[in-house]
Amino acid sequence: MIVAAGFTAPHVELAGIGPEVALVVAGLVLLVVDALVGDRWGGWHLPVLATAGFAAAIVLAVGVWGQNDIQFSGMIATDGFAVFSKIVLATFGVLTVWLARDYLTAEGIEEGEFYALLTFAVAGMMLMASAADLIVVFLALEMFSLALYVLVGFRRRSRASQESALKYFLLGAFSSAFFLLGIALCYGATGTTNFYPATQGDPSLLTYLASTAPEHLGLLVIGTGLLIVGLGFKIAAVPFHMWTPDAYQGAPSPVTGFMAAGSKLAGFAALLRLLDATLFSLRTDWRPLLIAVAVATMIIGSVLAVVQEDVKRMLAYSSIAHAGFVLTGVIATSDPGVAGALFYLATYGITVLGAFAVIAVISGREERYVRLTDMKGLFYERPAMAGALTLFLLSLAGVPVTSGFVGKLLVFGAAIQSGYTALVVVGVLTSAIAAFFYLRVLVVMYMQERDGEVEVSRGGWFGPAVIGLAAATTIVLGLYWGPLIDLAEKARFFTG
Amino acid sequence: MSDVPFLDITIFVPLAGALLLAFIPTQRSTWIRYGALAVSLIAFVTSLGVLLNFETSNAGFQLGSTASWIPQWGISYATGVDGISLWMVMLTTFLMPLGILASWSIEKRLKPYFIFLLALETGMLGVFSSLDLFLFYVFWEATLVPMYLLIGMWGYERRIYAAMKFFLFTLVGSLLMLAAILYVYFSVQNPTFNYQTLLAQVHFDAGVQRWLFLAFFASFAVKVPLVPLHTWLPDAHTEAPTAGSVMLAGVLLKMGVYGLIRFAIPLFPNAAREFVPWIMALAIIGIVYGAVVAIMQRDLKRLVAYSSVAHLGFVVLGVFVGSIQGMSGGILQMVNHGLSTGALFMLVGALYDRRHTRRIADFGGLAKSVPILSGVFLFVALSSLGLPGLNGFVGEFLVLLGTFLSYRWWVIPAAFGIVLAAIYLLWAYQRVFQGEPDLEANRTLPDLRVREMIMLAPLVALIVFIGVYPKPFLDRIEPAAQRVVTVLNQGRPTPELQSSAETQP
Repeated sequence: MIVAAGFTAPHVELAGIGPEVALVVAGLVLLVVDALVGDRWGGWHLPVLATAGFAAAIVLAVGVWGQNDIQFSGMIATDGFAVFSKIVLATFGVLTVWLARDYLTAEGIEEGEFYALLTFAVAGMMLMASAADLIVVFLALEMFSLALYVLVGFRRRSRASQESALKYFLLGAFSSAFFLLGIALCYGATGTTNFYPATQGDPSLLTYLASTAPEHLGLLVIGTGLLIVGLGFKIAAVPFHMWTPDAYQGAPSPVTGFMAAGSKLAGFAALLRLLDATLFSLRTDWRPLLIAVAVATMIIGSVLAVVQEDVKRMLAYSSIAHAGFVLTGVIATSDPGVAGALFYLATYGITVLGAFAVIAVISGREERYVRLTDMKGLFYERPAMAGALTLFLLSLAGVPVTSGFVGKLLVFGAAIQSGYTALVVVGVLTSAIAAFFYLRVLVVMYMQERDGEVEVSRGGWFGPAVIGLAAATTIVLGLYWGPLIDLAEKARFFTG
Repeated sequence: MSDVPFLDITIFVPLAGALLLAFIPTQRSTWIRYGALAVSLIAFVTSLGVLLNFETSNAGFQLGSTASWIPQWGISYATGVDGISLWMVMLTTFLMPLGILASWSIEKRLKPYFIFLLALETGMLGVFSSLDLFLFYVFWEATLVPMYLLIGMWGYERRIYAAMKFFLFTLVGSLLMLAAILYVYFSVQNPTFNYQTLLAQVHFDAGVQRWLFLAFFASFAVKVPLVPLHTWLPDAHTEAPTAGSVMLAGVLLKMGVYGLIRFAIPLFPNAAREFVPWIMALAIIGIVYGAVVAIMQRDLKRLVAYSSVAHLGFVVLGVFVGSIQGMSGGILQMVNHGLSTGALFMLVGALYDRRHTRRIADFGGLAKSVPILSGVFLFVALSSLGLPGLNGFVGEFLVLLGTFLSYRWWVIPAAFGIVLAAIYLLWAYQRVFQGEPDLEANRTLPDLRVREMIMLAPLVALIVFIGVYPKPFLDRIEPAAQRVVTVLNQGRPTPELQSSAETQP
């Protein structure tokens, strides 16, 4: 290799972003193949190619499991935490692909772009999990957000879908501005955007914090607050939750499920890395803020969900409440807290994908039947669907024998261990409020008879298959969660 | 013989049966009915294995098993019974076949009904046999969903309201308990959920212990229920289908008292002792209030429901007076209440099947048309109000005796409660069965069918048996009860003392 004198080529290792690269390549290939194939193969090449991309991503991610490294001059962290998140995100992606397959063909909107956007979104989310630099976090954030804005509006003939896409886009752009300002302030305060030193002695937030007296950190604290605002939008924490109900309601149900599962995990991944693994020594400054946000999120999410008549909207508020529960794990600022939050996000994602999958299957053409009253007597018409939805709702409510209970147990346990018992009491009481609206769905499904005409259900086997898979996971991880929590505990941060 | 894990088999037979039941085609209603009955009978037979292998004089836990479940979190599958839980397990397996017989007339959605009922049985048995706090909590919550659906899907007019109230009341309590369980879990050196390990290791200072006790107490007091947390009970009992009421009153309420005896008192004895006067006051208020409200009821089923509030008041009084008589009496009274109130709910259910009303005013002079039903009702009512020679007397007498030994003056209002019980039960009997039937519908009712006699006969037999010869019951209860009484009265020896005591040869 010819190298100019005095120039040392930067050490580039792609292993850290292998999964992201694989997904982006898969997305591009998908677009090209789709253009060449057209309608010829019944559209089968789309989900198959997307699945291949996700499978490759998982393989590449598993390959670097156990490897701890800071790559790309301190921009990318390859550690257990990143790998765990990536595998989970790819799983969400696969489930969404097959769920969407039935849905899109039934709605007549199956396009190659959908799958490509999905792979790009997951790639962005994965990048969030391993981003070790504020700029990279921002890039990742925009990458998956832009893809999601389009996906939310994908039912392009539906006004609700368009409206929610626009709202999501405007508020998302707004939150990005906050995040950028936060980056600017942090950079202004510290002169670096790297979380960890790339090599010994390089500037980074971590080294800056270690070498600076607490009274000189004012600007960084303000910057941190703005970063929390920006990420708070993505995880749908109060008071940055306003977009959630509208976006969830209007988006195609598979996308809603994917958004609830994936962008929550991605947002939390960045938040956990930023707060628990980088700005750890600033915790006395950001923790009170986060506690206030968590309490408000749990209470407002649960209380507002009670009055919703639209099931998707109700699940949107429930997803807000769940952000509050996960935040208790972040506030614990401990290894069990991080592991608990990861476990929670993984299992919550599967459960909520399952719930929206049920809605996608039973809501009829153009999602006409998504109101609570449309589910009357569902148990007698489609016992399997009603049973699965019951399971998912009980898991969201945190009833034992489901993975949702274990998640709550882990994050609340971590918070108690760190001494936040009062916060946990707020958590359990809001869980009781939350149980009320999950029970309302059970009431209409089991205890009321259908009065109107029978709805037309979407056909196809992939939707029910995804639901079955999610249901099995929910139960199995509720009964035997040892192995997964083992992995989550091994999914540590590597801070150089 | 005792190598067979009878207890664990008993716990899971109903659940396995419920799963098998799901494969019977829905139209085959007879198969489903007999299948459910067979499953519950198998569970009863295996529980007899527990009873027969039980060592009477042993105060510790027996016949259980331990298996690793989630070791990194100190969670194990640990079961076992002592003299207290033994009778709770027996009561559950005994009442379930009878409850299924009482549900014979259900036509609508038969299959899910029996599936939920059997799933409920596994939950209840698990609650009484768990020796691991995590396992206990899982079973505790697992009883919630099937009962909720039983009330909500097969109940009467206000069933949805009642089901919702039942679920939310219980859930608020149990979530507080969950937070407390986690706190206890993290308080010991090597965090564990194992009950016996925790018992040997936990020691909290007074303030913390008070909060933890209250969190557990909140959960159990809702279930018992103690006044003023009882308001879910009349609704749930009244609106539930007959078997649901039988299981609610017969077994689910006992889960509350059982939790107090098994967990709240031994884990936090000092706080428990501190709160004794308050709890006794609540118990006595419950006795008198439950009885007075029962007198006022126009609905026969609601009357029986309120009588449960009064009876459970007696039980809690006995448990907290701090004497062995009170404790054993309270535990025996739990069994008695399960039998008597279970029978009363079955009889009210039988009346409802015939007349499709539960209003007392709609009945009258039934003794003429249904003499056997009326006779059994009188008999059960007498047992419930504590007639000597029948089971209720033994339990109530022991509770009063125990109370007298430690808190002389508290006996007076408690004994007054028995008088009130006589009023509401006998007055109800009089209005429903005596006099001339003034409504045409009341003249021509069919008397008890063979099926109904079969389901009531075992209850009547046991009511007499316990009334005349309670010794086999008390013999097994006392050693275990004594341990709890000692802990309640003296607090627990500190871990240091205990370990030195163990090293002595």
